Amino acid sequence: MRAVKPPVHLVWRTRGLSLRIPRRTLIAVAGLLLMAVVVGVFSLATGDYILSIGQVAGALFGHATGIESTIVLEWRLPRVLTALLFGAALGLSGAIFQSLTRNPLGSPDIIGFDTGAYTGALIVMLVLNLPGGVTTAAGAVIGGLLTAAAVYVLAYRNGMVGFRLIVVGIGVTAMLTSVNTWLILHADTQQAVNAGFWGAGSLDRSGMDQLSIAIIPLLVLFLAAILITPALGLLELGDDAGAQLGVAVERTRLLAIIIGVGLSALVTSFSGPIAFVALAAPQIARRLAGAAGITFLPSALTGAALLLTADAIAQHALPDPVPVGLVTVILGGGYFVWLLVAEGRRR
Amino acid sequence: MLFDSPARSATPAPVPTARTRVRLGRRLGWLILATCALVALCAASIAIGAKPVPLAHILPTLIDPDHFDDGAIITGLRVPRTVLGLLAGAALGVAGGVIQAFTRNPLADPGILGVNAGAALAVTIGVAFFGMSAIGQYLWLALAGAIIATVVVWMIGASAREGATALRMTLAGVGVAAVLGGISSTIQLDHPSTFQKMAGWGSGSLLAQPLSAAVAVGPVIVIGILLAVIASRGLNALAIGDDVATSLGTRANITRTLAIFAVTLLAGSATALVGPIAFVGLMIPHVARAIVGPAQGWILAYSVVLGPCLLLAADVAGRVLMQPAELPVGLVTAFVGAPVLILLVRRSRVAAL
Repeated sequence: MRAVKPPVHLVWRTRGLSLRIPRRTLIAVAGLLLMAVVVGVFSLATGDYILSIGQVAGALFGHATGIESTIVLEWRLPRVLTALLFGAALGLSGAIFQSLTRNPLGSPDIIGFDTGAYTGALIVMLVLNLPGGVTTAAGAVIGGLLTAAAVYVLAYRNGMVGFRLIVVGIGVTAMLTSVNTWLILHADTQQAVNAGFWGAGSLDRSGMDQLSIAIIPLLVLFLAAILITPALGLLELGDDAGAQLGVAVERTRLLAIIIGVGLSALVTSFSGPIAFVALAAPQIARRLAGAAGITFLPSALTGAALLLTADAIAQHALPDPVPVGLVTVILGGGYFVWLLVAEGRRR
Repeated sequence: MLFDSPARSATPAPVPTARTRVRLGRRLGWLILATCALVALCAASIAIGAKPVPLAHILPTLIDPDHFDDGAIITGLRVPRTVLGLLAGAALGVAGGVIQAFTRNPLADPGILGVNAGAALAVTIGVAFFGMSAIGQYLWLALAGAIIATVVVWMIGASAREGATALRMTLAGVGVAAVLGGISSTIQLDHPSTFQKMAGWGSGSLLAQPLSAAVAVGPVIVIGILLAVIASRGLNALAIGDDVATSLGTRANITRTLAIFAVTLLAGSATALVGPIAFVGLMIPHVARAIVGPAQGWILAYSVVLGPCLLLAADVAGRVLMQPAELPVGLVTAFVGAPVLILLVRRSRVAAL
């Protein structure tokens, strides 16, 4: 038998406040940041017009002018930043839900949240015929919230069981998918194409203007998440233990749900449903950081790196670009299956 | 009694007693009733639609197509549609019954377990890369896709020490179906002509194929049902557990292989015929089990009748509900079937079959 080594921690103390971080978490965070930078630079350099790394760096630091600067700063940088930001939001949202339900299947994408957001957006676009991105976003948020609420209510019976949650999620997703298909089949062609495009999950509409709308609410939610995560970590011990440790249980849970739903719905409203990032990111992060439970910062970083990589694949792997949502479904679904096999072997 | 095991009470006892005679009568009675309902639904399926056909016109037209002026609608449109519904409904119902017994999972369904997604991906590949357009060409691909998906999901489900539990099978099905569906969508987006060809088929529709397709696929479905019947005895025994089944003279592996082949032939050919339709295979065996109890042979007999009932009823409802537009039948079954799934999983008793 191998002796169990206690994890090495880096400790930082000042008067009244001390921070204790496992060394492996730090290494994982650094590695993820490095990966994000590498893939980010690759994404900035490749495309119809290929640049060298020197040219990219020059443009980023303001040394280049003209076409290179335009390509990097105005065309490609918004997309890279969007991927990072949205990926982080999805990863964090997944981490919050998985922490709340203490179950990897509690992710918003598994329980039909994305499909519900899509339904909400479709109703706004096709049934109410309201123009504009903001109303679509509002529709997506409302649709997502209602779906999440419905799934939780239907799955709750003498407590929450992961199996019931996922099966209810499958059922609700199937119903909403048929509503979505129906709505698209009976819209006029141009509207249907737009809606179908939205539904595949894509960063093609990213740009500085979209980013400037999205960034403020996302940063607010990130900040709120940072404030609430210590209490969430304590809640994982159970409601009673959490209450004893000074957590306001119900208030924390409600805030966490609002933040998690908000993060996921914001991303969905701008880019359409991008599945499996919220499911996979916290699980990958947990393994990278060697942590026992859900870790929030590594989850967000993993989500960012995942979505950026998936988008690079979506744009460059095939002759024609495909929506990134398809890449995340294939990769994330594959990872999910692998996880299932690995977990089963271990037990 | 030494041999008074659940297996024995599950199959009709060899010596007819008063009680078994009553039970047999009840089972037969309901089956006859269901068959009558099916005949009525067939008539409704031929009669109801954008242009209603008088019921009195149906039988004469089937004998002599030119007898009335709505003969073209009956023979050209409604009859193929009804025949497709009969075949696909029976195939999906029986496939559901077999896959639920085989995985011992009351929530199993060819759609949920990824079988339909495998067949759909194979058909997409055939249409996109090999220019296939007739069902005779891609039927075999659909069967190959179905069997690969079935075996992969089963292997993933069974890879754990605790075996293929309902949870693991469902999760494996969800994951595999997501991956396969993602690949299908990617191929379709990359080949717009394929996307157009498969748009109607993709949501599950009885309009997708001519009568000749039904003729081509019919024999495969019949073989699938026969395999299911052969496997039913063994599946009854396996329901108690491998050890007991072996001691009762069942060869577990042969039964499982038969069951996999039956599910593959049935779900694969149904998907090739009418597109990926979920939830028929989920609901029908539960209805059958509620009537006849855990007797696999009877469940199959009921599924053959009740599956088409459900599919035809859903198709007729799809024509009526949104007039003048039509709802694809796959959307209707999903809308009816999903609440049934949620109800089933909320009833804790059903979680262990």
